Amino acid sequence: MVAEPRKPPPRIFLKLRRALGGKAGWGGLALQVLFVAVLVWIGYEIIDNARGNLAAQHVASGFGFMSQTAGFGVSQTLIPYSETDSYTRVFLVGLLNTLLVSVVGIVFATIIGFVVAFGRLSPNWLISRISGGYVELVRNLPLLFQILFWYLAVLGALPGPRESISIFDAFFLNNRGLVIPKPIGHEGLVAFTVSIAAAVIGCLLLRSYSRRALFQSGRVVVVWPYVLALLIGVPLATILVFGIPVTFEMPALKGFNFSGGTRVTPEFVALAVALSTYTAAFIAEVVRAGILSVHKGQMEAGASLGLSRGSTLRLVVVPQAMRVILPPLTNQYLNLTKNSSLAVGIGYPDLFSVFAGTTLSQTGQAIEIIAITMGVYLLISLVTSAIMSFYGWRVTRSMGG
Amino acid sequence: MKCVLAVIFAFAAGLSLQPAFAQESAKPQTTLESVKARGMLSCGVSQGLPGFSAPDDKGNWTGLDVDVCRAIAAAIFNDPSKVKFVPLSAKDRFIALQSGEIDVLSRNTTWTLSRDTSLGGNFTGVTYYDGQGFLVRKSLKVNSALELNSASVCVQTGTTNEQNLADYFKSNKMKYEVIAFSTADETVKAYESGRCDVFTSDISQLYAERLKLSVPADHAVLPEVISKEPLGPMVRHGDDQWFDLVKWTLFAMINAEELGITQKNVNEMAKSDRPELKRVFGTDGNFGEQLGLTKDWVTRIVTAVGNYGESFDRNVGAGSPLGIARGLNKLWNQGGIQYAPPIR
Repeated sequence: MVAEPRKPPPRIFLKLRRALGGKAGWGGLALQVLFVAVLVWIGYEIIDNARGNLAAQHVASGFGFMSQTAGFGVSQTLIPYSETDSYTRVFLVGLLNTLLVSVVGIVFATIIGFVVAFGRLSPNWLISRISGGYVELVRNLPLLFQILFWYLAVLGALPGPRESISIFDAFFLNNRGLVIPKPIGHEGLVAFTVSIAAAVIGCLLLRSYSRRALFQSGRVVVVWPYVLALLIGVPLATILVFGIPVTFEMPALKGFNFSGGTRVTPEFVALAVALSTYTAAFIAEVVRAGILSVHKGQMEAGASLGLSRGSTLRLVVVPQAMRVILPPLTNQYLNLTKNSSLAVGIGYPDLFSVFAGTTLSQTGQAIEIIAITMGVYLLISLVTSAIMSFYGWRVTRSMGG
Repeated sequence: MKCVLAVIFAFAAGLSLQPAFAQESAKPQTTLESVKARGMLSCGVSQGLPGFSAPDDKGNWTGLDVDVCRAIAAAIFNDPSKVKFVPLSAKDRFIALQSGEIDVLSRNTTWTLSRDTSLGGNFTGVTYYDGQGFLVRKSLKVNSALELNSASVCVQTGTTNEQNLADYFKSNKMKYEVIAFSTADETVKAYESGRCDVFTSDISQLYAERLKLSVPADHAVLPEVISKEPLGPMVRHGDDQWFDLVKWTLFAMINAEELGITQKNVNEMAKSDRPELKRVFGTDGNFGEQLGLTKDWVTRIVTAVGNYGESFDRNVGAGSPLGIARGLNKLWNQGGIQYAPPIR
């Protein structure tokens, strides 16, 4: 007599139980549900209590203030802004300023960091000691101190607007910042941009053609004359047809300051320089650690293939080191973004300064504004992490690892 | 600092031991009770503004705003030293008051409608009638604020000054660049380094900050007064007894000046049998007790800090390095607008 085999429960069911309950099974699941319910209840109580107590104290609450008129000026705005705009606009202005200084900081920190790391690993005694000294000096001084140093001691020492350091009468450097000619677009600008894009695409096509020729048939096709012709010829031809795309508005001293032209403020420069040099010191150590983690046999293998030291580093060592470098590098990027809130010390109008500072003190709505600000920094950090994870995934995949 | 305060505030509001729905049954401690239990008044002041609130060379806080707090402490404890001073930047001050970190905010704060209604506080009076002005280098040869088109202006963030500045330049169709710093010291440092042509603030503050510059005589305050800045103490909304106490402490100082009671003659005046003096000194009636204080509250206040005029002269007026004229802050019967309701 054959016993009817017991029918196993459906697989999806098992999976669900394992995922939610772990080893404890359904009992574990019940516990988790209870835990989440308690969390939600605590969260609800906090919000409800806060609302009740704020109302009892006659402190305004809610997000209605976001549409009120801000009524104060901001020194650096990437989007048009005037005092009659709302707090929402102030929020955007601050957010863009934070993003601007973070992106600029990250780019320069990465470049300086890699250069210093290679310098530290250089066989040249002087270069490696200078790089080592840079790292030890910069990473061991407080960041706020460095920001104030750049702002007050370096940029503050520049002459006033009337005694500006002038370069070709077009660029002016003074203690109000760097004034540069401002480009103004004309009708030809669109055609000009399109023509440059077309030229660049043409160059890329040429490159892939020459690579194919090299890899498949071993022919070396010389393309650089065509590339040059494309890059110079096509835009030049468009200028002749459509007219000059851009003219420059020259800055001129008028009253207290320069009028015309566009200006990079000393607050921005001081913050960007301090953030990038400071973070670069950490990035240099991260990169150095990554490169040292690659077995030195790889270096020797590259050398025995006849590659130069630079090519070996670029083609063999760094791609392998990237796997080690990326996670701590992401940390440094996140630190830089968050450290940009130290801008408040030198009057750079970043998100923390204009929104969690001025807007908060004008409206007094601490809970809402701090919550929004925390949310935004969290979002920026998560997006940065996501981009870096994606890049890491691509690096790993391209190495078949 | 502010972030920490904000978080504390969020928790204080959120996790308060007296949840909103339970407030009917468990009556919370009043501010006066908690001040007495602590044995100290917690008073929010500036981070160092000579004449209003600044530590002297021995580390004692002095100034007109400080005297208000000392007067309150004297009225409660008969000891003007029982005050803990909490230095606050302009943008942190209201959160400190809301969160209960301080009992009274006496920090050259301008009384405005929105601050009175939506910040959870109430202004108790005016200690100093001020207005906003501009400080410039004399070498710029500027004689009027209307010549400031295209200037760079340094201002402290979180102040009414920031908004008045925007209003003034807009209504006069002038361009400007504003650089806002979070503390007064940073603002003045930037002005001195040449980052700005102009430093704008309440005029009393301009005189005070000018003393900190390396060569004060190189800088001048322009004649324009672009706003009304009535400065006064602020208390938390919802405790009327405390509100009355702080309000009448200042009124007592002003009334004392009006009646000619000074730090020197207070004990002789107390013996007087003029009816209004008897009421003030508590030999007739129980006005101090109605405020939750003792009958001799005015004696305590005047003994500790003097009357309003004495405090003014000592801190910001002729007897101080600032040397600001009384101007609007003279008593109403001497051509000014300082006026206190009668004690009766």
